[in-house]
Amino acid sequence: MSNGTLYDNVWDKHAVTELPTGQTQLFIGLHLIHEVTSPQAFGMLRERGLEVAYPKRTHATVDHIVPTADQSRPYGDSAAEEMMSELEQNVRDSGIVFDDPTTGNQGIVHVIGPEQGITQPGMTIVCGDSHTSTHGAFGALAFGIGTSQIRDVLATGTVAMEKQKVRKIEVTGELSAGVTAKDIILTIIRKLGTDGGVGHVYEYAGSAIESLGMEGRMSICNMSIEGGARAGYVNPDETTYEWLKNTDAFKDNPERFETLKTYWESIRSDEDAEYDDVVTIDGSAIEPVVTWGTTPGQGIGISEPIPEPESLSPEKQETAQRAQKHMRVNPGETMEGYNIDVAFLGSCTNARLPDLRAAAEIIKGREVDPSVRAMVVPGSQRVKAAAEAEGLDEIFREAGFDWRGAGCSMCLGMNEDQLEGDEACASSSNRNFVGRQGSKDGRTILMSPLMVAAAAVTGEVTDVRELEEVVSA
Amino acid sequence: MSDGPADIVEYVSGTGIPVRGNDIDTDQIIPARFMKVVTFDGLGEFAFFDQRFDDEDNQKEHPFNEPQFQNANILVVNNNFGCGSSREHAPQALMRWGIDAVVGESFAEIFAGNCLALGIPTVTVSQEDAEALQAFVDENPDAEIDVDVAAETVTYGDKTVDVTVDDAQRKALVEGVWDTTALMKANANAVREKAKSLPYIQDHEVPAVKDD
Repeated sequence: MSNGTLYDNVWDKHAVTELPTGQTQLFIGLHLIHEVTSPQAFGMLRERGLEVAYPKRTHATVDHIVPTADQSRPYGDSAAEEMMSELEQNVRDSGIVFDDPTTGNQGIVHVIGPEQGITQPGMTIVCGDSHTSTHGAFGALAFGIGTSQIRDVLATGTVAMEKQKVRKIEVTGELSAGVTAKDIILTIIRKLGTDGGVGHVYEYAGSAIESLGMEGRMSICNMSIEGGARAGYVNPDETTYEWLKNTDAFKDNPERFETLKTYWESIRSDEDAEYDDVVTIDGSAIEPVVTWGTTPGQGIGISEPIPEPESLSPEKQETAQRAQKHMRVNPGETMEGYNIDVAFLGSCTNARLPDLRAAAEIIKGREVDPSVRAMVVPGSQRVKAAAEAEGLDEIFREAGFDWRGAGCSMCLGMNEDQLEGDEACASSSNRNFVGRQGSKDGRTILMSPLMVAAAAVTGEVTDVRELEEVVSA
Repeated sequence: MSDGPADIVEYVSGTGIPVRGNDIDTDQIIPARFMKVVTFDGLGEFAFFDQRFDDEDNQKEHPFNEPQFQNANILVVNNNFGCGSSREHAPQALMRWGIDAVVGESFAEIFAGNCLALGIPTVTVSQEDAEALQAFVDENPDAEIDVDVAAETVTYGDKTVDVTVDDAQRKALVEGVWDTTALMKANANAVREKAKSLPYIQDHEVPAVKDD
């Protein structure tokens, strides 16, 4: 049993009572909603004649189905239009703030919460979206829920939960050049497995984590769920507070900032906190990671050979064989040189300003390989505007990237942005499941934004550290 | 669904259907393009769609297509079933196809929670027992299987094997308290007090007391 961790501290402060099932009724401090998983929950509420209990602690945006090219209404896709209209009606009826595309605040739900300062340390945060774990980067207890639980949260402001175990994952040392937060989390999932975190919350700690900015921490917490952990978090520190200070929530309210900072400090894991277990990973040994298969756990360092299925533990062998067949890769080879057709820079994992900056740095002065369809989908309208203010859009456009509007886009292909046929995609997103990017024969290779940029210009999976210097004319 | 006490689910009986493989994610169970809907009605026909049909909508080999399994209601799976997206559309699609219980080696957490919210038990067995049950179901598609949630056993043919049902899940199903909305709504005052005790919640964000 853990004791004195941030998870325990936040849990205790939000526990209302024990339910007859033995579960805890947990107060939810922030409920984020979007168009895909909320309409059915609002429908259930209407059926029972219930109202939204905490509309002012509920915040909506639209991300999964929004087109990223032509966003004029009604949307070309009538199903998307229906979902959008339904959400508009629901938020209007319930008095919920809605960051729709006309506000300039719209974006992927896990990008807009942090950028507006809605996401804060010591909160309980839920959303009908498994990547809600992202918000744990701020020291919040944040996790994805299903639609029936959305109904519960809408109707009561609470959710029924069992307490989980806490695993501390300490990433020591310093990352080498060309290695990013994405490579850390892909390494963690590879080592602990896609089901290693079931029943656990992950606390990410150690010098390699603490030296990351908030965006990097978000990339890591984001993919906790790919490792089976419903939630992951980083203890709040000066990096966290610096970010929050400049958000809408606090920039004109330093007093409130100071008051809450006392609370944020109080929920940090105690020095002598007890964990259910501790895993240590040497951050300095991590190299850029790419996936070779169809689960996020099937990753390797760029210089490493794809494993023989027989060399893996028995329960992983069949999945590996299936994956290698789908991806058309052979054990013993590296992923370097694997041809790609599409480069996707986007998603709640890696579509924030530093992600775009780092990729632009690689792209600058280069051209997208003629065989590659490349696109950038910023995580939010604000990210897009900030990137444009720096001229990043020009760098991408000049190189041959499509510069799009904000949304989930090709991470899951619920809008028009989809793979076609058996296209291979170098993707900064989070899931390489078969069919994930909109085509059941599509092939996804997960990697960092830097590696996506490198693959876009060479047309194949490439070690970004080995790209030749651009010789300026 | 009513606001009253939920149904008691002590056991599920019926015939089985095996879906083999580890790490079967919710994108497989219901591809995202079928989620462009505002209700869950009609999702049943899209369960495992891309595994069941090719580009021309011709049937592929998949248990969900096979005639002998069309009346099955107990799904037998392997490791880490239901991983990935939190979409409740996945268990909704399975339930609307006809599934009432899932037996497997292990389940992703959000998926198991979503199943519980629908009154669908997710019971775990050893790898050996999962594979044996899958083989039995293949051989005997019409044979009855009993999933006893209360006693934590699965009985098929002349065999009874021990299974594990998560404590809270077992209690919720057996006592019929898996529909948590009414249960938690009854504690509205305590919830309000809890909200007020949190430094980040402002007074105007806490709803006023209403006479229910």
